[in-house]
Amino acid sequence: MVLADDSDAQGMTSLPHRWRSPVRGPWLTSVFGLVLLIGIPIEFITGLLSYAAYDPKLGSNDPNPSHGAFGLYVFNWITEPSWLYRLIEGVHVVLGLVLVPVVLAKLWSVIPQLFAWPPFQSLARLLERISLMMVVGGIVFEMTTGILYIDYYQKYGFSFYTGHFYGAWIFMSGFTVHVILKFPKMVRSLKSRRLRTELRTGLAGTLPEPADDVLVASHPDPPTISRRGVLAMVAGSSLSVFLLTAGDTIGGAMRRLDLLGTRVGAPGVGPNHFPVNHTAAAQGVGPLQTGAAWRLELVGSERISLSRDELLVMSQLTEVLPIACTEGWSTVQRWTGVPLADLARLAGAANATSALLETLDASPTYISGSQVHARQSLLALRVNGADLSLDHGYPARVMIPNAPGTHNKKWMQRITFFEVD
Amino acid sequence: MRWLRRHYGAHPIHLLLMLACFSVAGYALTRIHAQGGISRIVLWFAAVLILHDLIGWPLYTWADRTLLRLSSRPRPDRPASVPWINHVRVPVFLSGVLLLISFPLVLRLSAADYASLSGTSESGYFGHWLLVTGLFFAISAAVYALRLLKIRLRPHPSEPSPKLLGRPTAGS
Repeated sequence: MVLADDSDAQGMTSLPHRWRSPVRGPWLTSVFGLVLLIGIPIEFITGLLSYAAYDPKLGSNDPNPSHGAFGLYVFNWITEPSWLYRLIEGVHVVLGLVLVPVVLAKLWSVIPQLFAWPPFQSLARLLERISLMMVVGGIVFEMTTGILYIDYYQKYGFSFYTGHFYGAWIFMSGFTVHVILKFPKMVRSLKSRRLRTELRTGLAGTLPEPADDVLVASHPDPPTISRRGVLAMVAGSSLSVFLLTAGDTIGGAMRRLDLLGTRVGAPGVGPNHFPVNHTAAAQGVGPLQTGAAWRLELVGSERISLSRDELLVMSQLTEVLPIACTEGWSTVQRWTGVPLADLARLAGAANATSALLETLDASPTYISGSQVHARQSLLALRVNGADLSLDHGYPARVMIPNAPGTHNKKWMQRITFFEVD
Repeated sequence: MRWLRRHYGAHPIHLLLMLACFSVAGYALTRIHAQGGISRIVLWFAAVLILHDLIGWPLYTWADRTLLRLSSRPRPDRPASVPWINHVRVPVFLSGVLLLISFPLVLRLSAADYASLSGTSESGYFGHWLLVTGLFFAISAAVYALRLLKIRLRPHPSEPSPKLLGRPTAGS
């Protein structure tokens, strides 16, 4: 069944522009299209999961409170395995960056469509072009907001969460329709040439694709680059992006190559030398609030105040847990402290169904009952065998397995446990 | 149905798909409106579209055409040569994409926020980007030199070098 009349089949031409590239054509476009057809759904799913990881149903956690039907899939975020959020967010950010050259190449390959003349021959074509503006504008918008956000450029005048989340839905609605309409043509075009043959064809053997498509130049220039050259250039660009940024989340030996990731360096010394998000100075937290007078307040059916020394003599648990930031970088460390479930019991809320974490820098977060009771959930007092540094949340911070980094609250002040269904 | 096809220009399912797509987008706009910041978001959406399609694309096409003109200028003084255009295109593209994904860091557009959030400085990124760019160009130049060397060392098939002419060769 043909849903859309291929514009090229109707003798539609492109504007007075003389397209000259001899390698531009439906096969090349379809190769880039196929890569994006695999990559973009991964981006969308990891993005939605990252949103779900905020536990938006709890209290004031939701960065997109007006989500409406776009939040229907939200479920209580899980606490195991502890590395899942790190993987999801790492894939989302690194893959997003790796796809940038592919998107640029795909858009270059279809640019004659933008100047197709006449601009529309039917209402169907007009509507389709509007939907394509959602696709092209959408992907460029998502990549722009994503890059600005991870690089801490925040002067765009709207909330990143609002723009990136709803922008993704607008993009995906256009993208889905585009895929449905173009999938048959993509398959046909991919079958029209063999990848293996293309990879063996050098510049001398590079001929234009059959000229029955609006993407193929009617009077092509002699080739200056082969198809395999174009593919190698784009793949090489993706590879260089991967190598120079992925160390931010993969760590290990990859860190040595991490020259353009967002966390190339880290403050602190010794056991506390690992990346920070929000320094104590920036959050207005200093020795005045964190000195000997500091107390952690627990609120349940009882109200208890504990000093750091009192917390240190309670039974301690050591867990290796990641801090995985929404910006994509992550760091795995050995944390030691009091299990959150013990603190809930102490406050007389052994069956807590949720808890409110309040901090000295006034950025409260709600966590679920399963996060309170998770085997690895800690009120961490020490890291890698040393006291937490001020930047890492001294006197005490919460570490929750598999939670977004922003939920691992630093500079804890009060935990309120709720026992309601 | 035939009426629709003639006047609409595609299968009715096409129309349904379009309506579904615009409904979801319209609903998303109502959600953005409810949350706030819709005018800025729509403005940015349009701005980046224009930035890519009507500024970015014409600019890099113009640059590539200029490069092409330069590279295809005949050089009678150097008969044996290797086209160099891709030895410029590739490092420029790779370096350009890297700048695109890290320009706020490289150009220190977010220096203050970055310093207060991460506790480290953005000052190293410009050097990192330059270093990688330099490396790309150096590798590209080395590969070009190798290709050039290969072609210079190989005797031209149509005009064999005079030294070889006097020697008896098997099968000639």
